[in-house]
Amino acid sequence: MTSSPLFVQVGQLARRSVVRTLRQPVNIVPSFLFPLILLSVNVGGLSAAERLPGFPGDSYLDFALAFTFMQGALFATTNAGTDLARDIQTGFLDRLALTPMRSAALLAGQLAGIVVLALVQATLYLAVGIVAGVRPESGAAGILVIVLLAVLIAIAFGAIGAFLALRTGSGEAVQAMFPLLFVFLFLSSMNLPRNLIETDWFRAVATVNPVSYFIEGIRSLIVTGWDGQALALGFGLALAVGALSLTAASLALRGRLVRA
Amino acid sequence: MRSFRSVALGVAWRGIHNAFTNPAILLPSMLFPLFFFTAFAGGLSRIADVPGFDFPAGYTAFQFVFVFLQSAAFGGIFNGFAIARDFESGFARRFLLAAPQRTGIIAGYALVALVRWLATAAVVTAVALLAGMEVLGGGVELAGLLGLGLLVNVAALLWATGIAMRFRTLQAGPLMQVPVFLTLFLAPVYVPLELLQGWMHTIATLNPATFLLEAGRGFIAGRPVEVAAAFAVAVGAVLVFTVWALRGLRSAEAAG
Repeated sequence: MTSSPLFVQVGQLARRSVVRTLRQPVNIVPSFLFPLILLSVNVGGLSAAERLPGFPGDSYLDFALAFTFMQGALFATTNAGTDLARDIQTGFLDRLALTPMRSAALLAGQLAGIVVLALVQATLYLAVGIVAGVRPESGAAGILVIVLLAVLIAIAFGAIGAFLALRTGSGEAVQAMFPLLFVFLFLSSMNLPRNLIETDWFRAVATVNPVSYFIEGIRSLIVTGWDGQALALGFGLALAVGALSLTAASLALRGRLVRA
Repeated sequence: MRSFRSVALGVAWRGIHNAFTNPAILLPSMLFPLFFFTAFAGGLSRIADVPGFDFPAGYTAFQFVFVFLQSAAFGGIFNGFAIARDFESGFARRFLLAAPQRTGIIAGYALVALVRWLATAAVVTAVALLAGMEVLGGGVELAGLLGLGLLVNVAALLWATGIAMRFRTLQAGPLMQVPVFLTLFLAPVYVPLELLQGWMHTIATLNPATFLLEAGRGFIAGRPVEVAAAFAVAVGAVLVFTVWALRGLRSAEAAG
């Protein structure tokens, strides 16, 4: 790799990341199944919410489908973090530090596996939703935008996982953060629209929680069609969280490479 | 009998000491129910406005009963993790070698699960009361709710013990958790059974956990319903999973 340009370095590490992700069914199968199980449980249990005055749309399935993408992104966080932590624990990162590899290549390569996983997840969730009767109001173009936003969110979350791994160097520590990240999901507008959340403090937390806007961005394309504000907030916050988490991960990587 | 009791108390003392002196073990089992309570009772309270929802004690109490019984079940499951960890570290094998009456080991783990869950249940109840939960049931009814919780806790512990003793690794954790998670969430968690529709209504009607939830909610609302069925389900689960756990113990003994 001595004289290889950045894109070659990224390509080689990306290939390794993608192959490693696809070779670990134990890691990726839950990221497909659990969101769909939770979706079916929530739709079965909360479909009565359709009868609340002001509930958007007429199907709780349409409303709830967006949450599966967020749960998938959460799995991306732990997958990315756990894989990178394993590289640290096995000494792979130290060996890479002896090469002229650029730190940007390592992060980009690492996240490539997450991008592939997010693409497959988004396609699966949409396919299951459509088979179950979801018809996105934004049409075929909207489906592409949903996939794009889902991938962007997965990259942002994946970078958080990478940051945690680089800071702690422990896969167990990354896994232990899973419940904390889950709290962000539950304290959002995942189950009801914010204007129908009755408890004041809960509505306030959901309003400042970026996860609400990720969900509402995807949900708007399914339930209401093309909603510029929801999309601007969804994409804007996904880009902002992604930029922050990538910067934090880059700094953590630099610190770890210096120590190596 | 004395050796059974001394083994049970020895295992229980060690487990309780470990749990209450190690926040990393105790906190998750306390935080998860609080988190679910917050998310469900706080985020979904508007569900009480759905036509047909007529639970007299309000949505906070409605969700409290689910979280109370869920914490009981997962209190047992978390202890199953501890048993699996004991096998991985080799400690459980030393228990098996040293114990003159090995069934006392299971009883000891069950005591740990009960003590840990009682602490969790106290915290969850205190938080629910601070959040303004209405309790319309009297002392006998609340004792009934506590009794159901204790039985659920022991049944879940015995289920997890059977898994832990057969597989003897923490990697069997999902096998302990997932069936319990699905059984609980395929019951009327968010709305009463009458408001569920389609396949979910069918499954919830057949799901034994529905009796537990309905009886628990009846207790807290001061209108007991399905009491005999709920206790039959809970006692039945304890009996079945006692056999399951004892056979797991035999499996662990055979593995050496």
